[in-house]
Formats: sequence, structure tokens, C-alpha cells
Amino acid sequence: MTTTAEPAESVEEELPPPPADDEDIPVPPGAPRALLRSLLGPHRARIAVAMVVILVQQAALQSGPLLVAVAMDRGIPALRAHDSGPLVAVVAGYLFCALLSPLLQWAFIKISARVNQDVLLELRGRIFRHAQRLSLDFHERYTSGRIISRATSDIDALRELLSEGLQELLTVFLSVCYISVLLVVLDWRLGLASLVCFLPLALVAHSFRTRSRRVYRRSRTAAASMIVRFTETMNGIRPVQAFRREKANDAAFAVVNLRSSGANAEGFLELARYVGLSRATANVWTTGILLLGAYLVTEDSLELGVLTAFVLYLRRLFDPIDQLAMFLNSYQAAAAALEKIAGLLAHEPTVAEPAEPRELPPPPRAEASGRVTLKGREVSFERTRFAYRTGKEVLPPFDLLIPAGQTVAVVGATGAGKSTLAKLLARFYDPTDGRIRLDGVDLRDLTTPELRRAVVMVTQESFLFSGTVAENIAIGRPGATRAEIEQAARDIGAYEFVAALPDGFDTDVRKRGGRISAGQRQLVAFARALLADPAVLILDEATSSLDVPGEQAVQRAMRTVLAGRTAVIIAHRLSTVEIADRVLVMDRGRIVEDGSPQRLIDGSGRFATLHRAWRDSLV
Amino acid sequence: MTASLPTLTAMAENRQDAPNPSTGDPTGRRRSTVRSLLRLWPYARAVRGRLAVSATAATLAMLSTLAVPVVLGRIVDGPLARHDLAALWPPVGLLLLLGLVESALFYTRRVVLARPLGRLEAAMRADLYAKLQRLPVSFHDRWGSGQMLSRATTDMNAMRLFLAFPLVFLIVNSVTFLAGIVLMFTQEWRLALIVLLPCVPLVVLTRRFESDYSVTARLAQDQNGDLATVVEESVLGIRILKAFGRHRTMAEHFREQSHRLRRTELRKAHQLANLWAVIVGLPEIALGCALAVGAYLVAHDELSAGTLVAFLSTALALRWPVESLGWLLAYANEAATATDRFFEVMDEPEPEDPGSAHALGAPDGIRFSGVRFRYPDAPDGTPDLLAGIDLHVRSGETMALVGATGSGKTTLTALLPRLYEATGGRITLDGRDITELPRERLRELVAVAFEEPTLFSATVRENVLMGAPGADDRQLASALATAQAGFVEKLPAGVETQVGEQGLSLSGGQRQRLALARAVVGSPPFLVLDDPLSALDVHTEALVERALREVLGSTTALVVAHRPSTVLLADRVAVLADGRIEAVGTHQELLRDCPHYRELMSGEAALVPEGPLVPEEGVVR
Repeated sequence: MTTTAEPAESVEEELPPPPADDEDIPVPPGAPRALLRSLLGPHRARIAVAMVVILVQQAALQSGPLLVAVAMDRGIPALRAHDSGPLVAVVAGYLFCALLSPLLQWAFIKISARVNQDVLLELRGRIFRHAQRLSLDFHERYTSGRIISRATSDIDALRELLSEGLQELLTVFLSVCYISVLLVVLDWRLGLASLVCFLPLALVAHSFRTRSRRVYRRSRTAAASMIVRFTETMNGIRPVQAFRREKANDAAFAVVNLRSSGANAEGFLELARYVGLSRATANVWTTGILLLGAYLVTEDSLELGVLTAFVLYLRRLFDPIDQLAMFLNSYQAAAAALEKIAGLLAHEPTVAEPAEPRELPPPPRAEASGRVTLKGREVSFERTRFAYRTGKEVLPPFDLLIPAGQTVAVVGATGAGKSTLAKLLARFYDPTDGRIRLDGVDLRDLTTPELRRAVVMVTQESFLFSGTVAENIAIGRPGATRAEIEQAARDIGAYEFVAALPDGFDTDVRKRGGRISAGQRQLVAFARALLADPAVLILDEATSSLDVPGEQAVQRAMRTVLAGRTAVIIAHRLSTVEIADRVLVMDRGRIVEDGSPQRLIDGSGRFATLHRAWRDSLV
Repeated sequence: MTASLPTLTAMAENRQDAPNPSTGDPTGRRRSTVRSLLRLWPYARAVRGRLAVSATAATLAMLSTLAVPVVLGRIVDGPLARHDLAALWPPVGLLLLLGLVESALFYTRRVVLARPLGRLEAAMRADLYAKLQRLPVSFHDRWGSGQMLSRATTDMNAMRLFLAFPLVFLIVNSVTFLAGIVLMFTQEWRLALIVLLPCVPLVVLTRRFESDYSVTARLAQDQNGDLATVVEESVLGIRILKAFGRHRTMAEHFREQSHRLRRTELRKAHQLANLWAVIVGLPEIALGCALAVGAYLVAHDELSAGTLVAFLSTALALRWPVESLGWLLAYANEAATATDRFFEVMDEPEPEDPGSAHALGAPDGIRFSGVRFRYPDAPDGTPDLLAGIDLHVRSGETMALVGATGSGKTTLTALLPRLYEATGGRITLDGRDITELPRERLRELVAVAFEEPTLFSATVRENVLMGAPGADDRQLASALATAQAGFVEKLPAGVETQVGEQGLSLSGGQRQRLALARAVVGSPPFLVLDDPLSALDVHTEALVERALREVLGSTTALVVAHRPSTVLLADRVAVLADGRIEAVGTHQELLRDCPHYRELMSGEAALVPEGPLVPEEGVVR
């Protein structure tokens, strides 16, 4: 094997694309608002009902003092005159309001909760579906933690606004309107003078909004990086502990943690400033109005009683400032969150769904003239070229035709472009130039379901989802019966180990299947692929963790499974080649050798050398 | 309106419809809200002064609000009635002062808490994070990671919010309420009794609400955590979902979970609505009755009209403190369940460590004696995964560990750095039982390269030097050279390039080589390599093997191997089967004497001319 040894430096490694330099994707202007509109739109009717309900409820609630006054002014004198009628009527009215108001409150909470929850449900669903729709290159840049934070902590911010803020806003708005009208009616001069106060108040609110928007943007970003750090640690707990990272991680986490809570505190401080300042404004203004009123009283153009009532009401006009602050606060937090979410949702997947989808020709059924049914499809790469966004070319333009039913092994050093070729065929990426066709249809013209029915890829990462082993296999074909699932496992040689698990196929693999070895996970991944029964199967390093017997069982299974299917197999271990009809050798993005395994082995090219090295590495 | 609180049966149902394996804790247990919240004290202690200031400021602000009408009355009755503008100035000045003091108090109430509460939240989260890092891997196996995340985010938020606002008002409003009641009794005790009467059902119903609501709130928080787990998995497993076009299935799963959460949230709203209705309604009805009786008394001259007005104004003024109880209680409840969830983790016993490090003995290598292991949740009646491992890796020796898929090789290696605790037998390093070593020291001695190479969001240098924090650049370079990680030089910033989650996503083979470099850097005395070359191509593998051989020459190593090429790195080979070491010997010896080994190394390949040695079922154990 030493014959092939070259200096390591000469191995041209495939380097990944650089991560996004800015952690945030741009938010198109107006997107957050449009998102909010589209979320609330369907609930217009319910929102209207809720507003009417709260309107009537406020009226019932506010009528209390009024009825007390009527009781004092009319009821008691009448009772003294032995006429209990008016008092009975007033008390009845009071009791009616006392019953109506809680009933309406009850109804309002129920209606608004429904609206809130439906909005949140819809938004969660949208984020989730969108994240699933986004292309892999996006996921590689955006990091999982940040998507998780969009769907969790950002949603939380919105939830707070919806569940507490909206009712406050409504009642504040109503009471401000109610009292404003009352003030103007009481005395229009003083009334208008009082309302002018809303100008400085609006200024204060505006400056608060501008400042807190900045703070909350920072807070959302900080929360996201805290979440990224948190999930990364929990998902890598084994190496964390084995390499004694606990203390170093504590320190690193402290930075993001303090930044996050510091941003929260900052927001709270802004709020305190806003409340203090607007309170002070309102109180100074109230004193001013009192002075003005006093002047008018001495001028005899205002009654004393009116002034008293006026000033008392004026205080109530400004009372909701506190509530408004709470609302504005949750609003700012939610707005920042909504902005982040809108940015994510506005990001279009680079691998897009076709505008006018085409269908694949029907599979050539019942061509069972031979023993084997031809299930495969023809794959053709036409002047296909792939480069990263940075412009670095990974695959120079090339043509490749894989006839239906052929099993092709792709070999070559790490970074030769094998995986990229596979990912293009699986449409994880789209080619930069040229195209790839499946039975004559461009991959880009196929809908995702259509494409995935035809092309399935098994990668070297064998992630297990929480759920049972059976469920994990069934990802290949959701409708599959238990018998089919077990058969797929049997075909690939995974049946024995699964059956030996605590609950067999019903064993919960728990969090990412930490207890199931990498080799076993690869077998599960294979079973999944078998169950999917695709026309084109791509295996990318799918046997790297299997031991020799395991790999051989897979090979054996593959011989039957792949018969009639089109298959592209990427493997470091050349054992795979034994089941291939054709071998492609890649080097620095180019296909440098192409032929039947035997022909290449007998030749003197790279493959012959590689193959010799591999034979030597066996026992 | 009075009696529509959800029944206990409904609660029982609700508990049934949420069988929640990932939360790992029976959620139905009821704890008192107060007792739960009291557990926050150790954290809240640090801010107790600030909380007191905040509560005082809130009370004073409320008092100054109450004082304003009094001053106004003075102004109206005095200078204004007399049209004496000059005398107007002092009370108006006082009013202005009151207004400014009030706004200052409003400001103070918040300002004093802002940063301390931020720090408190950070402290709790940091403690949670630190605790989670130190809990055994078996704990993490049991809990969905989303559950932990929701504790660190949503729950923390609930606790902070509670301390910032509802707690202060719970105190202030209770004080106001009590003061108001005393005032009402002095004004007219009969009417006060009428107004107080609904307090009895109110207390009963709020207690009932509290216990019901806390169950629902807890359920919602757990479901929130489950939802986070689904989101996390869907993102981490995105390649598989894409490869099979299964995002719809996952979305369906997510939809179900989020619908479940929605139902719980709606149930919460329903309970809250009921409470509100009761809290708003009962006092109002009592007030109506008081009005009727009061008017009757006034009409019969048993009460002055002024007293009745004063009484009713007092009663109306108490409306807000009582009504606010509804959401204050809801906040308190959510904070209490969040606290419960927090302490569920914090109460987990942390594995104990021997205090002082014993020195290792004379070089003896790694010795497993009668080591047994079973996973804590393995069903009764199944044999132990490891059932008495006896193995001696001599000092300086490299031992390959070979066994069928799932035979427990990786588990055995995880026992060495005590990621899992052996359930029986003992493991010694140079004669010293590993349980006598502090974990920190043990893990310093034993370096591991995991089957699945995980890189962290850090530079290449940091990732590699994790293995030996004290190592210098030369050692870094030599570790990278051993692992054939020459690609590092071509990275945008060389060894300073950020990798991992928040950096470059390297290929499997590249990650594996960095993980290998991490294990060998700083020449650890004991080395565990779990199938360290699986993702490498033949060519690179050969180069790594050559370089690795030098490193292995100077350490004691246990290498899990799947292939002959890896086995050749070892001096001797141990075969693991049925939970025991079946055979130990050199590669050649075992090939000759151990059919199981022969089968593992060559399968039924043509290298064994007689054909398959074992029937097919035997291939995978």
C-alpha cells in the first residue's frame, strides 16, 4: 500500500463554503407588517367580536360609579318618600352590570385566547415548514440553533404580546377615548388644552420605541446566540465531558448569557425611563391645566365643580400610561422577534419548487421479460457545473449518462467532488450551470414529492429521530406496514440487532439514539432507503461505520435490491465496487477514469493502484 | 358563572392525554405554589434589598396617587373658593411636587430591579447550564434536549417576569386590600361584612383554580419543551428529511404536537377566564347588595349619606387590587411550575467525586476486572450488555477491540472516562481504581476520539487543544500532522478558522481527523480511539495509520476496530462477544484460532476458501 503514498499536501481537499459573514439575513422592508397582517387577517371577524365584547364590558364596568350616584341622588330620596321603585331599579341595574361584566370578560378571554393560539399555531407551523423547505446550503450557514431560537424564544416573545398586551391596548384605547370625549364635553377649552399633552407624550413614546427597538433587536440576537451555545453543548455532551470542557464552556456561556440578560435589563431600563418621563410630563401638564382652570375660575368663566371633576378625570386620562408602557414593551420585544421571523420566512430556498411542475414518465412496468423488473431511471448530467457562491469551482462542466438500471461506483480521494456530484443528483443543491435530467425531465421541473419518490440518498450521517426504531425506518415510506418494515430490516441484516433491543422494533431510540451504535444506525438508514423503494438510489459513504460482516450483509442485500435500479455509490472502501457495473474515478472535480470494474482493475490507471492498496489493507 | 371551574375528572383526562416519555417526570404531582416559589429564595436573596425598595416605591407611588385628590380638595375648597390666586401657589407647588415624586417612584420601582433581575436570570441559567454539563450522560439520554432548552429560555423568562412585576404587586395589592378592609370596617361594619362575604367562596375558588391551573401550566411548559425537541431534531436531521422528502411527515408530527400545546393553552385560558369571571363578578354582586342595604339604611336614617358615599368609594377603589389577583395568580403559578421544572434538574444528584487525586501506581496499563454494565432502562430479564469483562491492556500496549455491531464496544470504551458508570466490577489505570480519581483528573489521563466526531463552535486550534489545554503550537502542529489534517492550512484563517455549528461545516472525514488530532495532542498516557478512521478514504487512512503508529508507541491505547487495516495498528486484539472477552491474541493468532474473529475480519469473503463459516443469521449479532 505504500506505493500510493504521496505527500499529504498534494491532496486537494474540498473546502466547504464560508459561513454567512453576517449572522442575520436581510429583512425586506414591510415584511414584518405583511406577516402580521397575513396572520391576523383570517381572524378579522373574531377580533371584531372581541372588540365589541370588551367595549360593552368596559361600559358595564364604568357604569358602576354612575349607578351609585343615581342611587344616592334619586333612590334614597324616593325611598324616604316610601317609593322603593327607583332604588330597586338602580340596584337591579347594578346587579345586572355585575353579572354582565364578568360574563363578557369571560367571553373576551375565551375569544382572544382562541385568536392568539391560532395565530401562534399558524406562525409556528410556518416557521417549521419553511425551515424544512429551505435548501441545505442555507442550513449549513444559518446554524440549527438559530432556527430553533426563531421557533421557540421568538415565538415566546409574540406569545407574551398576544396573551397580555392586546387586552391592555384595547382597554387603554377605550378609556382614553371615553375620557377625552368627557373632558371636551365638560369644558372645551380645558379639554383641548389637555389633549395637547398627547403631543409631548407621543414624542416620549416615539423616542422610547426607537431606542427600545435597537435594544430588543440586540436582545433577540443575543438570545439566539445563547441558544446556539446551549444546544451545541447538550448535543455534544459526550465530548464535552470527556474533554473536560465544563469550565471553559461555563465561561463561554457566561458571555452570551450575560449579553442576553443584559439586553433584557437594558430593555427594562428603557421602559423605566419611558414610564418615569411620561408620568412626569402628564403630572406637570395636569398642574398646568389646574392653574389654567383656576385662572378661568377667578375670571368666572368656569364653575368650580366642573374644574374639580375635570382635574380628577384628567388624572384618569393619564392613568393607563403604565399599562401602555407594558404593552409597548411587549410590543417592542415581539416586533423584534417578528422581524427575525419575517426575515427567515422571506428567505427563498435556492432550490426552488418548479413553477410549472412536470411529471416523470410512468415507470416501465411489467417489462419482466427477464427475471428482473427494470425499476430504474436514466440519469443524465448535461454540461453540469457547480461552484460555490464565492465562485470557487468544485465541479467543472461535465457530461455523464447513467442508463436506467446501472449501478455506478464513484471513487476518488477525499474532496474529489464525489459528494457534490451525489448532492446534485439528489437536488440538495442545484447546478450552477447545465442541468441534470431524470428520464429526460430536468430535476428542477419536478415537485419535491415526485423527486423524492424517484431519488433517495443515504448519507454517512445517520441521525435517528426520537421515536421507535420502526418509526425511524418508516421515514422511508410513512404508510408502510410493520411487516414491510421488518422485511426491510431483514433484507439489510438489521433485523437481529433490532429484535435484540429492549422492546425490539418498538424500542424508543430516545434522544438521537445515543445507545445505538453508529454501525447500527447506518443499518437503520439503509433499511429506511430500502423501504422507500426509489428508482434511483444514492449511497454516500453509507457503510463507513459498518464492520466487515455488516458491510458484506449490506453488499449481499444490495445485489438483490439494486438489481434493476439505478444506483450511485460513493465509498472509500472499494468492496462496493464488486457490486458495481461501472466505476467512475474522480479527481479534483473531474471524472478521470470511467469503465467496468474489471477493465479498470486490469488497467494501469489510478483505480488499479487504489484497488491494489485496498486489497492489501484487507486481512 | 360561579361553578364552571373544570372538574377534577377533566384534569385527570388531561394528564392521560399527555403521556410524555421525554419529560421523564410524572407531571401530575401537585405542589403548593408558595412552596415552589420559596425555593427561588436562594437566588432572590441577592435582590431582596432591591425587591424591598421596589415594593416600597410602588406603595409610596400608590399613596401619592391617593394624596392627589386630597390636595386637590384643599385647593378647590380654599384658595379657589376664595378666588385667592396668591394662596394658590403653595398647594399647586405641592401638587407639582407630588406629581414629580410619583413619576420618580414609578421610575425607581423599575430601575432598581432591571439589572439585578437580569443578573438573577443569568445566574439561574448559568447554574442550569453548569449543572447539565456535569450530569451524567445517562441523564441526557433520558431527556429530550428541547426540554432542557425550554427550561433555559421560556421558564427563566417566566420567573424573571414574576419577580419583576407580579411579586411586587402581589404584596402591594394585598397590603392595599387589607388597609381598605380595615377602613371599611371603621366606616360601616355591617356593609363591610356584606362586601367581605364573597371572600370565602373567592378564596376557595382561587385555591381550586391554583391547583388546577398549575397542572395545566406545567403541561403546557412540558409540551413546549417537546415542541422544541421536534424543532431541534427536524433541523439536525434535515439531510435525512430532505433525502427522503419527508418534511411533510415531520411537519405533520409538529402539527400534532403544536395542536396539543394549543389545546392546553386554550384550557389554560378557559381556567383563567373562569377565575376572572368569579373574581370580577362576586365582589360586584356584593357591592350591589351593599348598595341596596346602604341605601335602605340611609333612607331609614341609620347611616349618613356621606358615610355611604365614602364607603362605596373605598370599596370601588379596592376593585383593582382584587381584580388584579387573577393575572397575578396566573403569573405566580407559571413561575411556580417553571421553578419546579428548574429544580427538577437542579435536584438531580451530581455524580460524586473523590476529593483528592491519588497518584497512579506503577505502570500497569488498563485493567478491566469483572466489569459489568447494563443501561438503567434495560428491561428486567435481559442479560447485561457487558457481563464480566476481564481484560488487561499492558502499559504501552495498543489493544484493538473487535466485536460484532452492537456488541458493546463503544459502551465499554465509554466506561473508561466514566461517561457511564460500570454497574459491576472495577477498572484500574496503572493499578488505581478509576472511581478513586476525580473525573477531571481521570479525563485528563484518558483521551478519547469518538466514533462520531463532534466539533464545537470555536477555532480549529481551540477544538484540537481541548485535549490538552497546556499544549503549545508545536504540539498542535504535530497532532494535526499525525491526523493528516493538512487541509487546515488551506482554511481561510488556518488554525484560527472558526469551525463547528457557527463556522465552517467540514466534511465527515475532515471532522474525524480533527477529532483524532484532539485525542492525540499532548500525548495522553491513555488513549481510546473509537473506530477513528471510518470516514477516511483508503489513501488518507494509510497515511494516518503510519503517523498514528508512532503516537501509539508511547501510550497505552484501546482502539475499537471494524476493519483489518485498523486492527493492524494494535499489538494485540481482544474479541468482544456476548458481553465477555472471548479471546485475546495477536491478529495472526486470532485469525488462526478464533472463527468468530475470522468472520468479523473477513466475513464470508473469498479469503476463506471453504466459503462461509457461519450461517447467515450469525453475521450480525
